[in-house]
Amino acid sequence: MAEVLVYVDHVDGAVRKPTLELLTLARRIGEPVAVHLGPGADTAAATLAEHGAVKVLTADAPEFADYLVAPKVDALQAAYEAVSPAAVLLPSSTEGKEIGARLAVRIGSGIITDAVDLEAGDEGPVATQSVFAASYTTKSRITKGTPVITVKPNSAAPEAAPAAGTVEQLAVTVAETSKGTKVVSRTPRESTGRPELTEAAIVVSGGRGVNGAENFPVIEALADSLGAAVGASRAAVDAGWYPHTNQVGQTGKSVSPQLYIAAGISGAIQHRAGMQTSKTIVAINKDAEAPIFDLVDYGVVGDLFEVVPALTDEVKSRKG
Amino acid sequence: MSLRIVVCVKYVPDATGDRHFAEDLTVDRDDVDGLLSELDEYAVEQALQIKEAADGDAEITVLTVGPEDANDALRKALSMGADKGVHVEDDDLHGTDALGTSLVLAKAIEKTGYDLVVCGMASTDGTMGVLPALLAERLGVPQVTQLSEVSVEGGTVKGRRDGDTATEQLEASLPAVVSVTDQSGEARYPSFKGIMAAKKKPVESLDLDDLDIEADEVGLAGAWTKVDEAAERPARTAGTIVKDEGEGGKQLAEFLAGQKFI
Repeated sequence: MAEVLVYVDHVDGAVRKPTLELLTLARRIGEPVAVHLGPGADTAAATLAEHGAVKVLTADAPEFADYLVAPKVDALQAAYEAVSPAAVLLPSSTEGKEIGARLAVRIGSGIITDAVDLEAGDEGPVATQSVFAASYTTKSRITKGTPVITVKPNSAAPEAAPAAGTVEQLAVTVAETSKGTKVVSRTPRESTGRPELTEAAIVVSGGRGVNGAENFPVIEALADSLGAAVGASRAAVDAGWYPHTNQVGQTGKSVSPQLYIAAGISGAIQHRAGMQTSKTIVAINKDAEAPIFDLVDYGVVGDLFEVVPALTDEVKSRKG
Repeated sequence: MSLRIVVCVKYVPDATGDRHFAEDLTVDRDDVDGLLSELDEYAVEQALQIKEAADGDAEITVLTVGPEDANDALRKALSMGADKGVHVEDDDLHGTDALGTSLVLAKAIEKTGYDLVVCGMASTDGTMGVLPALLAERLGVPQVTQLSEVSVEGGTVKGRRDGDTATEQLEASLPAVVSVTDQSGEARYPSFKGIMAAKKKPVESLDLDDLDIEADEVGLAGAWTKVDEAAERPARTAGTIVKDEGEGGKQLAEFLAGQKFI
């Protein structure tokens, strides 16, 4: 059976959920071979094996941290040459897309980004994408070279499928030309203790109606009662009420959770582009005419400062 | 020597319009108005600020690949203050994908000459966000991408990248490709004077022959990817909407419990 390279997104060997989803999708088109770059491969290998990786190719070099993106492309290319895979899958993170793009140029292949589903086809893997602010669903494939495909978080439920997960060292030579962009400093983002926005099963977002940074704790309290991530609309971010890293929408993060709760968000096209594929959508807004109500499974026309705290209390009491 | 800046801009269908696919499953550009991709305005703005920081000792060329109408995108950028335009236009480009576009842009950038290429973080239509990385790979120069802050001094470009897990300070020697996010600073509005001046600014027109690109390397037939199906997503069925009369929170909790979220 053909092998499929899966690029592992991890923090010091703690594998992030989108990679487990990739392994699940990779098994539909072949045998997953995971590529783990940086420290922690031994820790990661067990998790990767449990989710179907027949092999874990690993390399660690200071260049992966000291320079931006390109050294990792060298490593993934080395893995590609070692394996001759049927496809290369990466998570649709900023870095995953950039690594995939550069690899595609090097190996003369096409690239598809932001797939939301993947299946085997007669002429290679077929990727489903959600485009034009999720108003269209397309099915595409790569016609030249080895398909390079990046997949959005929450595109599949990770399934356990124990495999060997044999760890093999990958020989990587980082080219001088790959050391062009120095990472002068790196400041890890402070953890809020909440789930990561793009990976969360539930997202609670606040918008213009939240009316000030001092009111965002109302949104956070609901999120915490549900174990959810917190999002914000561009209006709220531009007003400085919440960090840009939490922005949901066309120029922020695109999310596709099981449940999306929009509080005080009118639902401009740019916001809808980032959340329209959520499975269940709920909105709370004072304005009954707000376009967000066209999308919802359940909407409450009312003051979010009344409705949200009441909902939070209700969630807490039901959860006991 | 003055700094040669090339800004890549894209003419896109207006996202607030009703966007469709044409019969050949390329983007239908007839049905909806086009405009300069909003995210590219940030790239033009940063190029202008870099030029200002260099006391004007820089030349900004805006470059686009697209049909005749794409000239509008160039004019907008020129009216903001860019110095000249390059428009790559050729019937054989219809249906070109990201890899093909990066090939055309790279050849046009090399022909134009450059020290710094500035791009937006993504287009507002394809939203792939891979073009700056593709360009850096093709041009063989550093990529300094997804920047919320950017500056150029003494042949070095510096920037701040707000990633998913960390904020990084980056640095590279020129020539380089940078991309900037919508956090880099609000784009200026063209002044009346700027709009008038833009009409007189030169726009060079190039076709595939000028760039030594064969027709079959680009276009729909030469694309590395193929769209087999495009289906309009069914409109969401109307949900339940209630008016809060004191019980809204409770009713919503009831709904969420029914859906097993609580």
